[in-house]
Amino acid sequence: MIPAMFDYVRPATLEEALGHLAKYGEDAKVLAGGHSLIPAMKLRLSQPKVVVDIGRIGDLRFIEERDGKIAIGAMTTHYDIESSDLLKRSCPLLPEVADKIGDIQVRNKGTIGGSCVHADPAGDWPAAMLALDAEFEITGPRGSRPVAAKDFFVDMLTSAVEPGEILKLIRLPLTAKTVGYAKFTQKASGFAIAGVAAVVDKARKSVTIGVTGVAAKAYRAAGVESALSGSELSTANIGTASQKAADGVDPLSDIHASAEFRAHLACVQTRRALELAVSRLP
Amino acid sequence: MYLTEELAAKGKVARGYVGRAMKRVEDPRLIKGIASYVDDLKIPGMLYAQFVRSPHAHAEIKSILTDGAKVLPGLVGIFTGADLNDKLGTIPCASPISGGRSPQHTVLAGKRVYFVGHPVAVVVAETRAIARDAVDLVDVDYEPLPAVMDPEKALQEDSALTHPELGTNVAFIWKLPAGDVDAAFKEADKVFKLRTVQPRVTPMAIEPRGCVASWHAGESSLTLWTSTQVPHLVRTLLPDLIRIPENKLRIVTPEVGGGFGSKLNLYAEEVVISHLAMRLERPVKWIEGRRENAATTIHGRDQVAESEIAIRNDGTVLAIRSKIIADVGSYCQLLTPAIPTLTGLMLCGCYKLKAVLAEVTGVHTNKMSTDAYRGAGRPEATYMIERIMDLVAGELGMDQVQVRLKNMPQPTEFPFNTATGLTYDSGNYQAALAKAQDLAEWPKLLQERETARKEGRLFGIGLSTYVEICALGPSKIMAAGGWEWGCVRIEISGKVTVITGATPHGQGQETSFAQIAADWLGIPMEDIVVLRGDTATAHFGRDTYGSRATALGGTAIVMSIEKIIEKAKKLAAALLNSKPEEIEFENGKFFVKGKLEETIEWGRLASEAYIAKNLPPGLEPGLEASSFFEPSNCTFPFGTHIVAVDVERDTGHVNILKYVAVDDCGKQVNPLLVEGQVQGGITQSLGTALMERTVYDESGQLLTGEFMDYAIPRAPDIPEYILGSTETPSPSNPLGVKGVGEAGTIGATPAIANAVIDALSPLGIRHLDLPFTPERVWRAMKEKEARS
Amino acid sequence: MKTPVKIRVNGTLRESEVEPRLLLVQFLREVCGLTGTHIGCETGVCGACTILVDGQAVKSCTMLAVQADGSEVTTVEGLSRNGKLHPVQEGFWECHGLQCGYCTPGMIMTAVHFLERNASPSRDEIRHALYGNLCRCTGYSHIIDAVEHAAKKGKT
Repeated sequence: MIPAMFDYVRPATLEEALGHLAKYGEDAKVLAGGHSLIPAMKLRLSQPKVVVDIGRIGDLRFIEERDGKIAIGAMTTHYDIESSDLLKRSCPLLPEVADKIGDIQVRNKGTIGGSCVHADPAGDWPAAMLALDAEFEITGPRGSRPVAAKDFFVDMLTSAVEPGEILKLIRLPLTAKTVGYAKFTQKASGFAIAGVAAVVDKARKSVTIGVTGVAAKAYRAAGVESALSGSELSTANIGTASQKAADGVDPLSDIHASAEFRAHLACVQTRRALELAVSRLP
Repeated sequence: MYLTEELAAKGKVARGYVGRAMKRVEDPRLIKGIASYVDDLKIPGMLYAQFVRSPHAHAEIKSILTDGAKVLPGLVGIFTGADLNDKLGTIPCASPISGGRSPQHTVLAGKRVYFVGHPVAVVVAETRAIARDAVDLVDVDYEPLPAVMDPEKALQEDSALTHPELGTNVAFIWKLPAGDVDAAFKEADKVFKLRTVQPRVTPMAIEPRGCVASWHAGESSLTLWTSTQVPHLVRTLLPDLIRIPENKLRIVTPEVGGGFGSKLNLYAEEVVISHLAMRLERPVKWIEGRRENAATTIHGRDQVAESEIAIRNDGTVLAIRSKIIADVGSYCQLLTPAIPTLTGLMLCGCYKLKAVLAEVTGVHTNKMSTDAYRGAGRPEATYMIERIMDLVAGELGMDQVQVRLKNMPQPTEFPFNTATGLTYDSGNYQAALAKAQDLAEWPKLLQERETARKEGRLFGIGLSTYVEICALGPSKIMAAGGWEWGCVRIEISGKVTVITGATPHGQGQETSFAQIAADWLGIPMEDIVVLRGDTATAHFGRDTYGSRATALGGTAIVMSIEKIIEKAKKLAAALLNSKPEEIEFENGKFFVKGKLEETIEWGRLASEAYIAKNLPPGLEPGLEASSFFEPSNCTFPFGTHIVAVDVERDTGHVNILKYVAVDDCGKQVNPLLVEGQVQGGITQSLGTALMERTVYDESGQLLTGEFMDYAIPRAPDIPEYILGSTETPSPSNPLGVKGVGEAGTIGATPAIANAVIDALSPLGIRHLDLPFTPERVWRAMKEKEARS
Repeated sequence: MKTPVKIRVNGTLRESEVEPRLLLVQFLREVCGLTGTHIGCETGVCGACTILVDGQAVKSCTMLAVQADGSEVTTVEGLSRNGKLHPVQEGFWECHGLQCGYCTPGMIMTAVHFLERNASPSRDEIRHALYGNLCRCTGYSHIIDAVEHAAKKGKT
């Protein structure tokens, strides 16, 4: 219940924050919304010597349309996203996913950046980030670098953000309403056993599918995508293609779901997410 | 003030509280956040303790090095088993079974640890944080030993042993041969077998355990504030363990944040903290964390039963032979052995079986102990018999209602003697069943099922007609007295103080007991205060568990009031120049028979009683009485639960579409509180049926040590409950009440189970065990598909 | 290394030097002596510690006191005004929305926050809103009644 001792700094700017990270190196942890880090510290699974609280850096919390893209600051809360009119219009997958994260209290405080950087294999955001081909802007001592979603989620609890770096913002495309998120929830924690985000591009007859909860890291269901590429999105086609949702992945197995059940749920939730997206076709 | 808005709208009623839905007296402090739970106490000079616990299920302790921790500024002391065990008694089991074998349960581990979470040492520090830091610096060297995890394998010859010194994993064997079982089986047209598994579950009261002990050196006395259901049992048991006289020990339970049986115990931590306060001569606080709670507060259920059932072709269930293996964990806690014996005793359910043979084998494993968890043995029995009823119906092609009606005793047959030797006090099982069918719109429900099945949907209807045993109970069947105590005092001012020994922990006795006392005294409820939870004021008590508080504690209050009225009549006679036998008492007024124009109320009587200038010769001053109520029998609440579910074919997810419960808990003192108990009980049981299970891995690691991994129902999981009741008074107490704390928990699980299995029956599935998690249901469906 | 914090709690400014590891819930309970906010778990699941920080319901066990520096905090003790219960508190009393009372302050704070966002919720919306608050006693039914009651009261 009580974290180990640490020192606390609360920089006012990103530069200042990067300075602290440079100074303390591996001893430092960045505190965003705190919903992953603080429980881990309370159980003493994480014992940083220095906590760098980026919660007061003003320009990390925003949702904007910039140059034909959506830009979301890393410290934007799940609730900011859930309630954003701009996103409901222009990138509706995000509010739909946000609404299914944790509970009201978690959504009020937890951030999209913190959640993505934590790279929990059962977190909801990675599915959406992959399905939307998000681009992450990471800032470090040598300036900023963009990282594509497919390269961002490296492994279980490991993202592309290196020690000394901070995720600044996420860029996402504007999409039509033809999106869907279908989540099979782990009853105790509320995390995903299988969460599938689908984006349907009717004009190009293509779909993108992000899957979370099933494997050590979130992935794109490439088999499903190629099976549906160029084909009509009929119930039958969706049903057949969804069977490929766990192809080539090594599913996790725990007391909440065996590998076999997870793989099965990946297929079921993929079909449901696609059907949901298609049902929203005008 | 405590009338609900609905009642208030009908005009405030000053009398006739019993039977009314009243708001609770205790709520204002709770909803304002100004009530005190144990962790809210702060005493000057108070120290904080934390336990160092075993990460292994079974290991030998090679060494414990404390030097690293001792250098922490603010650390007061570190104590191991070597420091404490010989100075303190061992943790008692109050319900041993003759011939049973269990190890000495020392407060801290000795040479070995027997379960994950077993306390090995305790650290005490000036602050909570320092105590927590110190735990990490205590270096314990363990030599892991093979862990015994499967109770059935534990009975095999070559099994490793939980406690090698006992030479066996068998903790006890209990047999209930009742009736001529062999004869009943010979009569049978058919005999079938059933294996049922009741998974281990974790009670998970939202307030973990905790205690504060304070030593009063001047008086050589100790006060222990503890989050327990049973302060009086603690006061009975603890003195011997910490070597102080009972009259130097005061136990206080402030608000208790839920118990469900998990706080019906004397725990090692309570003993250690008491001892440390005496030893260090400073108050000491210990508050359990959630992970500790999941690992080291008792678990529930965990039984495997192999049963044979003898039936006739007309649907009569003649007899059951059942071999029950109960995984009791590493030690027998207070009531551990008693729980599965209740399963055996209640195996007849509400049916007229001729004979029952129940054999319970308690098995030690390297897990936390099991003990009373809401329902305590009866949910297990009810699950078995209600599954059996559905299987009989299936076997004979009978309707699930008809098979039950066929086997129930008629209302005229009560008091009804069961094959297991119990006497059911009163009942009308058919009426509760009929009412539940009405509320469920039974014919429509059957129609819906037919339609759904035609459409290929997996729709099921489940039923359970249950009976349970409550108001535990006559002292002859209880380990340490089955009575309850109450005291009523008319204060000098005429205000009334009621003191109960039936210590509540959320049930609302401050309200329901005030309702009872107000009616019996004929005064407004607002004039009554109910005290509880402090052995310095509630001198005696056997506390709250087994749905006993209202039936027994309520009656002790009524008995005390009757005594006071008797005395008050003598005083009133003197004041009214009459004779006691001429005095009548009605609606709070004493008067000479027929002379209503001159009455005396409690206020005047009280002042006369205490100022004591006009007392008749021989009458003691004061108006106070206390009573012990010893019941003649337990009570046997009953009811019918009906559930409709559908099962998602592709995920195995179960949706509850309809939930109807008709419960008969005898007379209801406060229907609003009854409803709350029923809803809460059903919801806990819904957890047992659909999601809850305590999981240890093969090496004995607890995998469900947090709410992140142990699911309990959340608000979106529950359906809209449709509740009804029938009212069959109990003849076992003057209030006619039976108890309702566990009814929901007992009736619900089998009803949900029967509904889920009914939904799956078109696939050829005849039985499936708890909990019906999506994966379990999906696998069952998949296996059937693979075979067909 | 202790860090100074200034937090306005239920309208009163509280200034203190705290260890950075002190959780906000411990600050409220141990520094401010406001013990209405409870602790029921270690992983931010149970919701017993829910309070409002700058008007938003959060779990105070998953937040450091230093993070709340400069914030306005409302706890269950700060809900009633001039001795009058908040409509949500009234609802809980009226509908028997509590038994042991341990989860109640957190439950009430979530409901207060939720009704500010949605003044006329359906029962299903209430269920969904209370997802992050565990109760082991009531079975939630009466709690849902209580929030519904408060919503109706709030309108009159």
